[in-house]
Order: sequence, then C-alpha cells, then structure tokens
Amino acid sequence: MIQALRLFFINHGYLELETPHLIPSPAPEAHIDAIGVGDMFLHTSPELCMKRLLAAGYSRIFQITKCFRHGERGDRHLPEFTILEWYRTGIDYNALMEESQALILFVSKEMGSGGKIYYQGREIDLACPWEKITVKEAFDSYASLSLEKAIEMGRFDDAMAKEIEPNLGTKRPTFIYDYPALLSSLARLSPDNKKIAERFEIYLAGIELANGFSELNDAQEQRVRFEKELIRRRRLGKRLYKMDEKFLKSLEHMPEAAGIALGVDRLAMIFTDRDKIDGVISFTPEEV
Amino acid sequence: MYNASDLRRGLKIQIENDPYVIIDFQFSKPGKGQSLYRCKLKNMITGAIIDRTYRSVDTFQQAALENRKMQFLYGQENEFCFMDIENYEQAYLSDDQVGEAKNYLTDNLEVEILFFEDKPIGISLPNFVNLKVTKSDPWLKGDSAAGDSKPVTLESGYVLRVPPFIEEGGKITVDTRTGEYVTRVKE
Repeated sequence: MIQALRLFFINHGYLELETPHLIPSPAPEAHIDAIGVGDMFLHTSPELCMKRLLAAGYSRIFQITKCFRHGERGDRHLPEFTILEWYRTGIDYNALMEESQALILFVSKEMGSGGKIYYQGREIDLACPWEKITVKEAFDSYASLSLEKAIEMGRFDDAMAKEIEPNLGTKRPTFIYDYPALLSSLARLSPDNKKIAERFEIYLAGIELANGFSELNDAQEQRVRFEKELIRRRRLGKRLYKMDEKFLKSLEHMPEAAGIALGVDRLAMIFTDRDKIDGVISFTPEEV
Repeated sequence: MYNASDLRRGLKIQIENDPYVIIDFQFSKPGKGQSLYRCKLKNMITGAIIDRTYRSVDTFQQAALENRKMQFLYGQENEFCFMDIENYEQAYLSDDQVGEAKNYLTDNLEVEILFFEDKPIGISLPNFVNLKVTKSDPWLKGDSAAGDSKPVTLESGYVLRVPPFIEEGGKITVDTRTGEYVTRVKE
C-alpha cells in the first residue's frame, strides 16, 4: 500500500522528502498536544516545515512519516502514527479534493481491490463521484441541532463524533467541506465568506481519513490565528509553545498552495478490513 | 484523582457518591477537534448502566473501594453472612449482590468482599473451589443421549455436568469463572 502511495506521487511529479521529527515549536492548535523531549518536541505533523519548503521554491512535495500526539489512544487513534502529507502550489482545495480521489482509487487498483472495497460488511464504491457535502449541510441532514447552534453551545465536536461521522462515507467516500473558520487555524478563509475556511475532510465508512485545505499564506493573519490558539490552550490549562518565527517569516514568500494530511494506518485499516487500528501495526503502545 | 486520559475499560470511578465501573470505552476526536472520552458505565451498587462523554479537562475521583478477606458463615433467605478473618466483624450481602457466586459458597470458604465506603457491595471468589457432590444418578453405560457426562448436584445446590466416574460423596474442583468441572479431588 505504501509503495502504491509512493508510485502515485512519483508518477505525478512529486518529490518525496523528509523533515525533522524533533522541532522547537509545534503549531499551536488548541486540541493537538505535542510530546516534549527535553526542551524540544516531537512533531505532531510535518506541516510547518513542509510549507517552509514550498516558500523555498518546491512546488510538489510529499512525505510519509511518523507523527506523535500526546494522549490520543482509541480504536482509531495512536499516540505514534503514520501520516502522509502532500502539498502542491498553484491549486486550491477543490483541485486537491480531485487529486485525493484519484490517489485513493489508484492505490485501491494497485492493491487489486479495483474500484470497490468491502469494509466491515459494507461495499464502498471508490470509482463513482464521491459525495460532497458542506459542514452546514451535514448538520442539517444528520445532527439534532444546526451548525450555528452547535458552535454557540460548544457542541460541535460532540455532534460531529456522535451524530454526523457515522453517516459519512457509507456507500462511497464523502468529502465534508467548508469548516467554520475558528476550527481551521492554518487554512485560508473563503473569499466569499470570512466565517468559512476552505478546509475539507475525507470520510470512508465513518472513519476520518484525511484533512486538507487551501493554505493560509498571509503571515500576519497566521500570527493572529496562532495567538488565538495559544489563548485557547492557556484557557484549557495546556502547555504553551514558542511562536515559530522562522515559519511565519517564510510564509511571507509562500505561493498559493493546498495541502493535506492522510492517516496511513487508517487507510490500511480500510483496505485490510480491520475495525481497530491495533490490527494494522506491529506493536500497540501497551505492547511495547 | 484520575484524568480523562486514564479512562479505560475496567476503571472504577465515583460519580455522585456511587461507584461505577467503565464497561465500554471509546476515544474519539473529530478532525482538529477536542478529545471526547465516551464511556458506558455500570453502577456497582444498583447495576444501572449510563452513558457519559467526558472531555480532557475532566477529572475523576477514584471509587473508595476496598477488598477485605472474609469467610463465608451462612446463607439464608436473601442474606449471606461473611466474617472478617482478622477482626471477626460480620458483613451481609443480599441475594442480588452475591449473584452466581452462591453456587460456589461452602462453609468457611475464604472470599474477598468488596466494600464501598465501609458498606459491603460485592464478592469475588477464588478461581477454583472444591465442592462435595451430594447427589448423583448412576451413569447408564451406552446411554448415548447423555454422551460422556452426567449431571450432579453439589452441596451448594448447584447442578453441573461431570464425567461419569464422579460419585456421590466425592469432591470436585469447579472453575468459578466458567462454572465448569475441572477435576476430581483426591482425598
């Protein structure tokens, strides 16, 4: 599966690269906690370093790497997991959605699954056009309250996890897109509606597989967003990180781009029909 | 004190003055959102089952539970009496609280009684106990319907299937977790 992922990107003119695992300043996001090592941190995603490479002139880059997030352990979560991230300049989230679809279909065919896969007794058609639904529409269709109400009452995550996610990607994969701006600290806002970020997620069989967006490349705006996230972290009593000044400086030179992170372990779960992430790794955190 | 990240199946916590055990646990975290710790909990006193979703900022009190080594004294209608081996204090459990354990209780059997804030609420048995066979019908050779086992009644009143060579008055070892025959006890 990993070889098929690589082949897709090599065929499409992408450069595979590596960025450091050990970093001084993780991206400040309210609900993602880095694991500290001495006075450094293990990266929670390679996002900031990869964007610096876009700013340095690379236009199509990808990376398959281990990432580390404190306290994430469940049927679909590991504190140490494998992420695939890719970035491409000159496109927005719409083109990235198309490319994601082409990637998953390619990998499925390379693995001999063709255009259809079977997961936990359900057939999922990868070859037909994927479902596209906005976050607002998803709340209207599946949740017991509207998007506005959910945000107001602090119930967004609750409704998403319990009421919406199980309905996504059941017959074919689903793109759920146009997230509320305040839930997308590194995404570009829609030019038509500043309350919406050009961000999407891919769901297959109720499993969140990938998170992508049109990249925010306004350094000033990014600093303001990071400061807001730091305030949220402080309120939650969480560890605060130093501002990544080198990243903010290089963001001034980053061209328009879109990028996405895909959970490789979860993709393996789906292709091997496992209901728990433990089924696709050699040792669980409890076993090592 | 526990944090949300300590939550897992089998953990015992206190909610509104009652002890609960987590019987099902699911961690979820919708994209870039907060961690949700979804628990199914069983009240260890009433048996009632509730669903709760916790956040990473939530903290939990450890349920004030304690196991004491006690001896079974006697059982009568809806009352099972146990005695603390060290201080001779007695504790009583109801029929419901004893549950299936009553199949294996014999005089002076050493068990662990679970206390919550000094009130007895449950019992745990040794994995293997020896019980006397009080009633056994002779095994009819060639009775293929019975297969290679026969039913016997034990001193506690429990009925189970054992191999045909077990005789009335003999003792057998039973696995209290499965309720099945393990071996004959040689006197």
